[in-house]
Amino acid sequence: MSSVASETKFVRGLLIGVALIFLALFVVAPLGVVFVEALRKGVGFFVETLREPDAQAAVQLTVLVAAIAVPVNIVIGLAAAWAIAKFEFKGKAALITLLDLPFSVSPVVSGLIYVLLFGAQGWFGTWLKDYNVQIIFAVPGIVLATIFVTFPFVARELIPLMQAQGSVEEEAALMLGASGWRTFFTVTLPNVKWGLLYGVLLCNARAMGEFGAVSVVSGHIRGMTDTIPLHVEILYNEYNYAGAFAMASLLAGLALVTLILKTFLEWRHGDQLAAAKRH
Amino acid sequence: MTDANSPANALPVHAAVRDAKGFTGPIFSVLPGFRLAMGVTLLALGLVVALPLTALVLKAAGVGPLAFWEIASSPRTLAALRLSFGAALAAALINVVFGTLIAWVLARYEFPGRRVIDALVDLPFALPTAVAGIALSALYAENGWIGGLLAPFGIKIAYTPLGVVIALAFIGLPFVVRAVQPVFEELERDVEEAAVLLGAGRLRTAFRVILPAALPAVVTGFSLALARAIGEYGSVIFIAGNLPMISEIAPLLIVIKLEAFDYAGATVVATMMLGLSFLILLGVNAALAMRQRRFARV
Repeated sequence: MSSVASETKFVRGLLIGVALIFLALFVVAPLGVVFVEALRKGVGFFVETLREPDAQAAVQLTVLVAAIAVPVNIVIGLAAAWAIAKFEFKGKAALITLLDLPFSVSPVVSGLIYVLLFGAQGWFGTWLKDYNVQIIFAVPGIVLATIFVTFPFVARELIPLMQAQGSVEEEAALMLGASGWRTFFTVTLPNVKWGLLYGVLLCNARAMGEFGAVSVVSGHIRGMTDTIPLHVEILYNEYNYAGAFAMASLLAGLALVTLILKTFLEWRHGDQLAAAKRH
Repeated sequence: MTDANSPANALPVHAAVRDAKGFTGPIFSVLPGFRLAMGVTLLALGLVVALPLTALVLKAAGVGPLAFWEIASSPRTLAALRLSFGAALAAALINVVFGTLIAWVLARYEFPGRRVIDALVDLPFALPTAVAGIALSALYAENGWIGGLLAPFGIKIAYTPLGVVIALAFIGLPFVVRAVQPVFEELERDVEEAAVLLGAGRLRTAFRVILPAALPAVVTGFSLALARAIGEYGSVIFIAGNLPMISEIAPLLIVIKLEAFDYAGATVVATMMLGLSFLILLGVNAALAMRQRRFARV
């Protein structure tokens, strides 16, 4: 900082001050208010809210949805990264754009497209009704919408990482006689494990916290198709603010744990992450 | 980022095959599993992404031009689109100013707690939108921590269009910071020192040397924040007040139409939103490309 090209102490302090005040108002205060409001009516009320059957059902559904959506995205992400990073083919750029597409679609539209497909008046609506299969306003719709909005997380982390690593190690393993699957599990997977974990972390946070897309397809049936974020909305609209914030504090806690693990991964294994600091 | 596409990383045999035969399809590789991996990828893309989006496009086409125009040009639709795009633009501009400042501070200065603050910038990514929504409306309501400070001055934020801007600025902040921060970190100090030695003041260096170098990254961050803000739903609806024609965003209008089983209406608003955001992103990308060409010529 002794360079001629640096600010005076006063300017530096001013800039740091403005940045810190902005972040305090914009980022830290919203996080703080969640926990303060959650405990406004005391620890007893907090625990009681979380132990209600509807709240328990919401937690279970959220975990279930993430437990399906995240592994599905791991398989898709690994397959897409293998095809894109290890092979040359026409239309690769278009394929990457398509993989990223769900990020540029509004969450509400992400739900809407499934309603248009599987809703009562949708493409497959009458057919599904004949076979008595319910997708919209039921758990399958929630899972589908969640997979859609979390689709890019694992793939976009793995693709640049595997591209940067090249295929030399895999080729060596194959020449030494390993099978394709063995090469994948003993060479490729260990090489990308931290990147994969990073992608899974972000994917899981979004899967458990998704609101817009899930809200459109869920039907908001208490105890049946309510995830934690939807239950927050229901309690809030019933003017049960302390209850809403108690449920919300679960998700805020998840966000904090995600941030801590993410920061740890960036710090400890930053060299093996493609998207560290880049999103 | 895509170093693997450069010839240096490809095996010589790959290059040879490509050069000799002008091969552009899946070219020879000793690695197995291309068909399986590609099959899984395309199947998933088709079922989860392409098919539902096709349904949206076909549904919009099936509405018919007259009915489409009637829904698209109704005052309520126009007001919702104007709010969504206007508030998103205002929020993205706020993010450009403060996001660039925060990126500079994090990239260039050492101060206690810098690492923690660096990590906290990503909170809007990690915090579920519904949680952000109720937290922001609690903060900015007239009896809230921040709303209470502003109320004596007659400034109302929650349940007004201003609340929409606040929520969207919260959501978009990390996009600008994370786009610009690496540029500031990698900027050569020599250039700044040269500017000073040539007699430029610090302020002049900032505006003539540093910021132009960061401009493409700032524009990228701006467009990412804008795109995210246009479609944002969860963090907005709690703080917006949701009055039709005043504080009702386009995604909410879609939800309202869906709840009334007006699929055609919902589809038209969704198509308008997607179309307009696509045009904006196209414009931003064209501007970036033009700037790059201009610099290449010089």
